[in-house]
Amino acid sequence: MGSHPIEPDGGSPGPDGGTPGTGRTDGVPAHQAAPAAGAHTAGTAARPAVDFTEVQEAEQFRELRKRHRSFVFPMAVAFLLWYFAYVLLADYAHEFMATPVFGNVNIGILLGLAQFVSTFAITMWYVSYANRRLDPIAANLRHELESAAPEAFSDPTGGKK
Amino acid sequence: MISPLTAGPFLPLQTTESTRVGEPWLNITIFGLFVAITLVIVLRASRNNKTAADYYAAGRSFTGPQNGTAIAGDYLSAASFLGIVGAIAINGYDGFLYSIGFLVAWLVALLLVAELLRNTGKFTMADVLSFRLQQRPVRIAAAITTLAVCFFYLLAQMAGAGGLVSLLLGIDDRVGQSLVIAVVGILMIIYVLIGGMKGTTWVQIIKAFLLITGAFIMTVWVLAIHDFNFSTLLGAAVETSGNAAITSPGLQYGLTGTTRLDFISLALALVFGTAALPHVLMRFYTVPTAKEARRSVVWAIWLIGAFYLFTLVLGYGASALIGAERILAAPGAVNSAAPLLAFELGGPLLLGLISAVAFATILAVVAGLTITAAASFAHDIYANVIRRGKVDPDGEVKVARRTVVVIGLLSILGGIGASGQNVAFLVALAFAVAASANLPTILYSLFWRKFNTQGAMWSMYGGLGSAILLIALSPVVSGGETSMIKGADFSIFPLNNPGIVSIPLAFFLGWLGTTLSKRTEDPLVQAEMEVRSLTGVGAEKAVDH
Repeated sequence: MGSHPIEPDGGSPGPDGGTPGTGRTDGVPAHQAAPAAGAHTAGTAARPAVDFTEVQEAEQFRELRKRHRSFVFPMAVAFLLWYFAYVLLADYAHEFMATPVFGNVNIGILLGLAQFVSTFAITMWYVSYANRRLDPIAANLRHELESAAPEAFSDPTGGKK
Repeated sequence: MISPLTAGPFLPLQTTESTRVGEPWLNITIFGLFVAITLVIVLRASRNNKTAADYYAAGRSFTGPQNGTAIAGDYLSAASFLGIVGAIAINGYDGFLYSIGFLVAWLVALLLVAELLRNTGKFTMADVLSFRLQQRPVRIAAAITTLAVCFFYLLAQMAGAGGLVSLLLGIDDRVGQSLVIAVVGILMIIYVLIGGMKGTTWVQIIKAFLLITGAFIMTVWVLAIHDFNFSTLLGAAVETSGNAAITSPGLQYGLTGTTRLDFISLALALVFGTAALPHVLMRFYTVPTAKEARRSVVWAIWLIGAFYLFTLVLGYGASALIGAERILAAPGAVNSAAPLLAFELGGPLLLGLISAVAFATILAVVAGLTITAAASFAHDIYANVIRRGKVDPDGEVKVARRTVVVIGLLSILGGIGASGQNVAFLVALAFAVAASANLPTILYSLFWRKFNTQGAMWSMYGGLGSAILLIALSPVVSGGETSMIKGADFSIFPLNNPGIVSIPLAFFLGWLGTTLSKRTEDPLVQAEMEVRSLTGVGAEKAVDH
């Protein structure tokens, strides 16, 4: 589905194909050892250590984070400003909003519909950006990590984690 | 989904002498058909409910479009259909303002929350919030805010069911309404017990499809009557109402400085609350990959946006074809705009269909809320706090099922008790609590490396406490004509919505608590959370390949 480049680990059985359960010989229930269920287990002997700080400092990951934040933060600020400008106009500038443009349609109606248009446009813009600029790096990192330590990322209970 | 603040969709119903339209038996039959069909689907869908991931997250088996439709179903409640059409029909443009707030809010979910949260968590919001902070206190706080939002929302929906039924089925007496609330509650318990997340998701998908299709047909019909010219429709609405002001803002919120401020407060709660509603957040876990989570938000945005454009036409259509006076005189007042319009257009059959859809909507929304609350209790409070993680998933699901029954019974009792009360403010409160207690901590945990446990505690409890306290001291509870408690006045806080105070306060407390705390959280876990949230490592099903 994605357009990620060919992964270096293409020969491995697949990201989730690691032998389920083998990482937990200490009798901890799989449920508890799942990272989301217990942050204390992270980095402990409960599962093979993946050095996430190293990943966090890696060039590829920093690039991913930069690309993500440099899109979503300015965009979030922009749409919030535009929305609240509209709310303030609707709230305090009734005369202006009632200015007729054509027929019975006035500025208020047009600005309201413009909010719909901008919402749809930002949505499509983000999707195309994420597909092109974020997904390939994320998939690459994911496959690298999962092939390096398959048992750390498999969860027999849910096919996840 | 939220109600107009002053003219709530579920106002106590006047049993006036006005003409009742439609055929109650026809409405009941169509609704019965919906229940029968969805029950069969729920039964079939639940065959493979084995693990906790099956029960809470539908085995992560839904596609983006399916899940997006279900999100739209969760979001478009009966109040959003009846309430917004009615608000536009009566107050014109000011009703339209709600729709815009509801829609724009989805950008917060799309850009900042949905994918990252899905990559990090497992079943509940608390999974994410407690990921890199101290487990027990954060989990308890997150579970409490989740349960609070679900409870306020459930109560409003259940109380609304009674009012809706008297409007649509012609049952006016208290006993009959209580009986209907009980039936809704029991049906809901059955759906959630048998179907789990998979079953409730299918109910949402079917209902969203029916609701949006029904609104679409009526929209085309109204436009056809007006030569497919929106300006002509506006002209007809102005002519019927005799008030040119209905096409511009101000009729409802422009009255005084306080109402204007109130609208800003509501706008804040909508925009920041939507992305932090626990039953919406939980939906992101039912898809296999982050990409599907993104697709589902995109689908939800398109469907919800289209629906709100329909309500704009329907509201002005009701205003033009029926007129505010007749709507306000009908039982259910502002809520009756959409049903009256359906009757005007398509006679008893269309009214029956629209009524059944509205009723199905309540049923599906309460089911979605109940499974969220039950998951939070069983997964967060029981499994991780009480049993400290020493419980197998089967035991956890067993507790979740029992919780469903308890919540169902509580909401039936609460719904009967609240029926006839003006509890429309509860939905607004649910948004305000989500925006103040949940969103700051979600955003800080995802994006602020230094954020720590004390910051999360202060922000969550501060946001929850201030939102509830301000609502209790507001005119919706006491001191006004439509207040819940009549004959008393302790309304010190002038606004109906606490968002304008409680949301900035919660963000500030999160920062202050973090800065004043000496504790620094484990940087390893922070790194793990950041890497997981952005790459989805370990969280993708093998389908990605």
